[in-house]
Order: sequence, then structure tokens, then C-alpha cells
Amino acid sequence: MTNQTASDLSLSRVFGMMLKRDLLLAYRRRNDLVSPLVFFLMVATLFPLGVSPEPKFLSEVAAGVVWVAALLSTLLSMDSLFRSDFDDGSLEQMLLSPQPLALLVVAKVCAHWMISGLPLTIMSPLLAVMLFLPSEGMSALILTLLIGTPTLSLIGAIGAGLTVGLRKGGVLITLLVLPLYIPVLIFGTGAVQAATGGLPIAGYLAILGAILALGVVLAPLAIAAALRISVSS
Amino acid sequence: MYFDSFSELLDMGGHGLYVWICYAIALAILLFNIVSPLLKTKQFFYHHYR
Amino acid sequence: MTKNWKMPKWFYQLGSPRWFYDISGKLLPGFSIAALLLLLVGVVWALAFAPADYQQGNSFRIIYIHVPAAILAQSCYIMMAIAGAISLIWKMKVADMVAKSCAPLGATIAVLALATGAIWGKPTWGAWWVWDARLTSMLILLFLYIGVYTLHTTVESEVNAGQAGAVLSLVGLVNIPIIKYSVEWWNTLHQPATFTVTEKPAMPSEMWVPLLIMVLGFYCFFAVSLMLRTRVEILHRERRSGWVQQLIEERQHVL
Repeated sequence: MTNQTASDLSLSRVFGMMLKRDLLLAYRRRNDLVSPLVFFLMVATLFPLGVSPEPKFLSEVAAGVVWVAALLSTLLSMDSLFRSDFDDGSLEQMLLSPQPLALLVVAKVCAHWMISGLPLTIMSPLLAVMLFLPSEGMSALILTLLIGTPTLSLIGAIGAGLTVGLRKGGVLITLLVLPLYIPVLIFGTGAVQAATGGLPIAGYLAILGAILALGVVLAPLAIAAALRISVSS
Repeated sequence: MYFDSFSELLDMGGHGLYVWICYAIALAILLFNIVSPLLKTKQFFYHHYR
Repeated sequence: MTKNWKMPKWFYQLGSPRWFYDISGKLLPGFSIAALLLLLVGVVWALAFAPADYQQGNSFRIIYIHVPAAILAQSCYIMMAIAGAISLIWKMKVADMVAKSCAPLGATIAVLALATGAIWGKPTWGAWWVWDARLTSMLILLFLYIGVYTLHTTVESEVNAGQAGAVLSLVGLVNIPIIKYSVEWWNTLHQPATFTVTEKPAMPSEMWVPLLIMVLGFYCFFAVSLMLRTRVEILHRERRSGWVQQLIEERQHVL
């Protein structure tokens, strides 16, 4: 086997290595992984407490509440995406490495989704049951979250990249990213409401898929640009 | 002139308050966007008086 | 990132802050007079001479503020994004400063469009706010403006603040069609089609001529405010350069 220099590594090897690194780091801090999930549960609990626990009311708003809670939980976890790497200097190393930054970024976001968006999606049926979501809407909820949460992670990462050098970065991410989340929210909840009404959801899933595809292609470029700007300041 | 008298112009068939408030807000915002940079220019030259 | 395209010389001249300062100084009087005249004529026409709407009565006159403001708010965002892109690609300081000036300007105009839209809604549909597609889209546009403006003011380094804002405004630009489409779709789902703040499709000339004059007047105002804001930004950023120092001295003699 010939000696491979860093630049000889194939792109998929680089992706895999970055992914493994981030998942390992997350595992070492696994207590931190729970907070967004608890937050997710808590936000959903606020609605019956703050408005009304009537099944009739809750079943109407369940789709929206679960989606909004997922959105907010994702935002909550976004700040930590780059911060620890920024603080210990490994982010700068990533910028200087010969590997394409966009690829490293995709791997990081993928890892982030696996520890935030994916658990949220898995937990969503629990919330849906608590909020009396009609059973017809359940599969739509899971599917839309499955397709939507990666998009949320990608867009959120743009905000994280832009604010990683700032002290109040966490709150700022919310401000920058929430308007961009709105289409995903609209189509995600729209699909669940359509499914509840017995209508097909293939169109919604297609739109969400298209938005995800657009995000996968364009967001890493924006994130990479944002990181270069943040690190250079 | 569409209106027969000045008081009719002010009243706007009952909608006077809405219309005039809108035009007043517009004036305020347009003026702000002119006065604000002018003030900052003045501040700049004043501040750099050496 | 270097570009090997052959840009004409005047393009790079645009990048000189001093050149922009000089030429904007020459353009300001003309645009100011144009803005003043157009807006004056437009407002008088809109308030006193244009006919009232058949259904909405005189509250229809708000359209002469609301529509120009809405158009301007959207154009300003596009301009901000394009200026940002130019500053990122060609590293042009002037483009960066223009983009920074667009943010507060566009945000306040968006507020104007929202306020007039809301006030217009009260006599028309009896509510101070309606979640119709265009007003909701304008609200989201305001959020996008606030995001860019916050980046401009929070990032400490001036250069990086402009660059970060440019990246965000470009991301926003790509998103705007998606947001508009999704909000319109959402709106048709939840509200009957009669709920629109749009002007009637076929407007008689007594109505669209003053509207056009107001739109032109707003654009001239935009040019004036943008130039004024950019000039302040230039003075501040170039304060150590010789020509600004000279200007300061000249001003002192006047004071």
C-alpha cells in the first residue's frame, strides 16, 4: 500500500473521518445532547398549559406545535455546531486544510443532524400523542420532520457560521435564521394537515425534498464563506 | 379637486384619520432617512475638528 | 478569490470611495429636487385630485403610499444583495458601503409598507392586521433586513461585518422566491381568495398616473438617502486618507 498524503484522501474518506470525529466528540459530551430533546418536550407542554388542554383544540394545533417546537430546539442546538472547534482552534485548521471546506462542513452538519434532528424526529410521535394529533397525520409528521430537519440543520449552520466569532452568537442565530425556516414550516405543517384531512402528501414531500436538495447544494458554500469571514475577524 | 371643501378633504368620508396618519407616518420615515445621515455627516465633521 | 474577467475601467473606478463621494455630491442636488417635486405633485394629486375607490372610499388613497413603499422595500433588498455580491467577488469597498447603507433604509421603508398596509386594513376589513400573503411576506422581508442590519452592527471588524451581511443577504435573496411561494400557498389554504391587499387590476389613468409619480418619487428619495448614507460611511471609513482630511480642514474654515 502506497503512502497516502493528506491530499490523496478520497472525498468520501474525508467525509467519513469528519463525521466520525464529530460523532465521537458528541458522544463524549453526551449529556449535552439531551437538552434540546428536553426542550422539545417542554415547549410542546407549554401549549396545553398556556392555552387549553382540550383535545379538540390541541388536535387542531398539534402539527404546528410539534413543528415549531422542533424548529426552536434545532435553533437551540445550532450554536454548539462550530463553537467548540472555534474556541480550540480546530476550526482554523479546517480552513487551512487542503480538503474542501464545503465537504467538511457537510460532514459536520450531517453529524449535527444525527444527534439533534434525527432524535427529534424519533421523539415526535410521543409529542404527537400527547397533543392528540389525529392518527392519520402521524406518518406525515414523521416523514416531513425526517426530510425537514436536515434542511433546518443546514440553514441553521449558515447562521452558526456567521456568528461563531461573536459573543452573543446564540441568540443572534435565531434572529438570522428564523425567517429562512418559514417555508419548511409551512410545507411541513401543511402536509400533516393534509394527511389529517385524508389528502395525499406526495406533493408536499416533493417540495420539502426539493428544498433539502437545494440546501445540500448551496448551504455548504454559504457556510464555508461564513466561516472564512468569522475566523478572519 | 375631488373634494368640495377643505373640511371634506380632512374628513375623507369618515376615513380621514386613517389616511392622514398614513401620510404622516410616511413623511416621518422619509424625513428620518434624510435627516439621519445629514446629522451623522455634521457629527463627523464636528468630531474630527482638530 | 480572484476573477480573471476583463472588467471595463469604469467598473473599477466605481470602487474608489473618493470618486463615489465626488460624483454623488454632483448628483445629489438633481435627485433631491426631482424627489421633492415628484413626491409633492404625487401627494397632492393622490390626496386631493384622484378619485375615491368605488368600494373602499377614500381610504384607498393609502395605496399611493403603501404600494410605492412595498416596491421600494423589495427593490432595496435586491440592491443590497447585489451590492453585497459585488463586494464579495471584487472586494470593492464602495459596494460594501452601499450594501450597508441599504439595510436601515430598506428596513424603515418595509416598516412603512407594513404600517400603511395595516392601517389600510382597518377601514377595509375591520381588522388592524390580516395575515394575507403580501403583508406576511413583507413582514418576513423586514425580519431579513433586521438580520442583515444586526450583523452589520454586531460584528466588530467593519470589513467582516459587511462581508457577513453580504453572505446573509444573498442567502435571503435565494430564499425570497421560496418564501413568497410558500406564504402565498399558505394563504390560499387558510383564507378565502377575497382577502388581498392588491390594487384592482384595471386602474383608470386618474389612479395609476399619480401612483407612478409616487413610485418615481420614492425611487428618487431612495437614491438621495442612499447617497447620503453611503457618503457618511465613506467619510468614516476613509477618515485617515488625505482627501478626507482636506475636506475636514475645508469645513473648518466654513464653520
